[in-house]
Amino acid sequence: MTVAEKLTLYYWMQLARAFDERMLAYWKQGRGVGGTFSQRGHEAISVGAAHALAPNDVVSPMHRDLGAFLLRGITPREAFASLLGRETGATHGRDANFHGMSSLERGIIGFISHLPHSLSVALGVAMSFRYRGEPRVAMAFTGDGASNAGLYHEVLNMAGVYSAPLVIIVENNQYAYSTPAGQASKVKSIAGHAAGYGLQTTAVDGNDVEAVHAVASEAVRRARAGDGPSLIEAHTLRMLGHAIHDGAEYVPRELLATWEARDPVVGYRRTLATAGASSRQLDDIDRRCREEVEDAVAFAEASPWPDPSTVTRGVYAAALEPRST
Amino acid sequence: MAQAGTNSSNFGFADIDEATSGRELTYIAAISEALREEMRRDPRVLVIGEDIAGEFGGAFKVTKGLEAEFGARRVMNTPIAELGFTGMATGMALMGLRPVVEMQFADFISSAFDSIVQFAATAHYRYLGPVPWVIRAPCDGGLRSGPFHSQNPEAWFVHTPGLKVVAPGTPADAKGLLIAAIRDDNPVIYFESKALYRTLKGTVPAGEHVVPIGQARVARAGESLSIITYGTQLREALTAAERLSLEGIECEVLDLRTLKPLDTESILSSVRRTSRALVVHSANQLAGVGAEVAALIAQHAFEWLDAPVARLGGLDTPVPFSPPLEDAYRPDALKIYEAAKALVVY
Repeated sequence: MTVAEKLTLYYWMQLARAFDERMLAYWKQGRGVGGTFSQRGHEAISVGAAHALAPNDVVSPMHRDLGAFLLRGITPREAFASLLGRETGATHGRDANFHGMSSLERGIIGFISHLPHSLSVALGVAMSFRYRGEPRVAMAFTGDGASNAGLYHEVLNMAGVYSAPLVIIVENNQYAYSTPAGQASKVKSIAGHAAGYGLQTTAVDGNDVEAVHAVASEAVRRARAGDGPSLIEAHTLRMLGHAIHDGAEYVPRELLATWEARDPVVGYRRTLATAGASSRQLDDIDRRCREEVEDAVAFAEASPWPDPSTVTRGVYAAALEPRST
Repeated sequence: MAQAGTNSSNFGFADIDEATSGRELTYIAAISEALREEMRRDPRVLVIGEDIAGEFGGAFKVTKGLEAEFGARRVMNTPIAELGFTGMATGMALMGLRPVVEMQFADFISSAFDSIVQFAATAHYRYLGPVPWVIRAPCDGGLRSGPFHSQNPEAWFVHTPGLKVVAPGTPADAKGLLIAAIRDDNPVIYFESKALYRTLKGTVPAGEHVVPIGQARVARAGESLSIITYGTQLREALTAAERLSLEGIECEVLDLRTLKPLDTESILSSVRRTSRALVVHSANQLAGVGAEVAALIAQHAFEWLDAPVARLGGLDTPVPFSPPLEDAYRPDALKIYEAAKALVVY
C-alpha cells in the first residue's frame, strides 16, 4: 500500500472520529434531537472493510460504521442533517440518527434497529448480482450481539448454500448494550462457528486498519471471483456506551484503558508518522476533517425541518406521487 | 363461472365472459398461469420458496413445471428459513428484481413477520427505495388441517403501513390480482385460499388480465342487505344468497378482493343502497378486517342504516382440528344465511 493510500485510510478514519467527537459535544450541550450512537473505536473496521469495495458494490453498514457510510458516499452534511431530523438528511427526517441512511444510487442500504436484517437484505442484493451475472459484491456489517439472533444463522446458512457473493463483517466489540459477549453465548469464536456454515472465515484485529483492509480485500476478491461468501470477525471494544445516554459503568475501567492505548485512529497516525507521512500532511488531514464537520453542523442547523404536511407522503411507492428528491 | 360469477357486474375490468368464451380454470391453475405468464413477460420476475423447484413444484404444485421452463436461477428452492428468505427477497427487490415468495402455508408467515413489517414495509417511507415483492400466502381452513395449517393472518398486515393486501375469491381474480401484485412497486401480501384451490372453477381470461388493486366488485346485486366479504367466504356468501333469494331476500354480495387499501367507496355505496350490512370473513372476528369495515360503515353511512352492522368471523380460539370443532369455529353458508335473515327482520 502506498503512503497516499494509507493517508486516504487515515482521512476517512479521522473524518469519522472528528464527526463523532463533534456530535458528542453537541449532544452534551443538549442540542441534539433524540439519541445517537458513538462509533468511537470502530473506525478501523468500518473504513478498512468498506475501502476494499469497488465503486458499484453495495454496502450495508450498521450504527458503528460512520466511516463506511462516509467513505461510500453519504456526506457529512447529510449525516449531521439526519441526526438533527432535517429535510436535507438522508431519510428526510423519517428515520432517527444514523438509522436508515441509504442511497441506492450510491450503493448504500441503511440498517434498521433489528440489526441482523441487514444481512438478509444484503444476501438478496448479492443474489441479485448472481441473477444478473454481474461481478459485484455485497458487504454487510453486524455485531457480536446480532450473531446470537436466529436470522443471523439463517443468512449464514443460505449464503453458504447459494455460494453468494457476500462479505459479512462481524464487529465483535465485546458488548451488546450492557451484556458482555461471554454472557450471551458460549461460542468463543464467532468466525469459528461461522465456518461450519461453509463460509470462508477470518478473525482480525479490528483496531488495525491495514489488517482489516487486507482480509476484507481478500474476501471481496473471492466473492467477486465466484468463490463464495466470507465472514470476518473483527475484534475491538466499544469505547463508549451503547447509545449517548448510556454511561457504560458496567465496562471495567482496566478493559477500557487497555483498548484506549490501542486507539485505532491515534495509533494509525503514529504508524503513518514513522512510515513516511509528514506531520504537516497529517495535520492538514486533521484540519480538513474538522472543517468538513463544522460545515456539516452549520449546514444541518440551517436546513429546514420536514414539512408536517408531508407526513403521509411516501408510505407507498407510486409513480404519480412526487417525492421532494 | 361455476358459482361466483353468475351475477358479475364488474368494476374496473372487461367483462370476463366476453373475453374468455368459456375457458374454465380452477382457482389454483389460475395462480400458476399468472406466475408463468408474468415470468415469460418480465425477466425480473422470479419465484422463491420451500420445495417449489423441480418436478415436485411446491406443497400444492402451484410452481410445478416452472423450473423446467425458466431454470433454477428463476425458481429458487430455500431452506426452512422464512425470515431469512423474506429478507433476501427484499434485497433482490431493492435491486430491481420482482421476487414472488411462496410461504408454504400462510401460518408460517409469522416466522417472517419481522422482516415484512419492520424492514420491507417501512423501506419506501424511510427513503430507502421501493420493495416490489409479492408474498403468496396459502390460507384458510375447513380442510381439517389443525391450528398451524389453517390460519388467516391478514389483519396483521392490514394493520401495517406500507403493505398492500389482496385476497381473491374467484379464479379470474386469482389470476388478475396476482399479476397486479407482481407489477405493483410495493410489497404485496397475496392471500390465496387453499379451500378454493381445486374446488372452485371459473372463467379466466387467457393472456393479459389485470385486476387493479384497491377495487371491490359487486359479485351479486340485491337490495335487501349487503354481505361484504372476500376470499373463501365469497363462495359461501353467494351460496347463502341463492337460498335467501328463494325466500324473497335479495342480497348484494360485495367481494372486497383488496383488503389494503380498502375500497371504501364501494363499501359505502353498497350499504347506502341496502341499508343493512353483514361483514363475513374466515379469520377470527375479534379485531379482524371486518371490524374496520364495520367502523367505516358506522362512521360514514350511519344515517342510511336500518339495523346495526353485523359481523361473522372465526371464533377467538386457535383453529381446531376435529371436524365438529372446526365447523363450530368457522363461518359457512348456513351461518351466513342465518345471520342475514336475522339482520333483515331486525
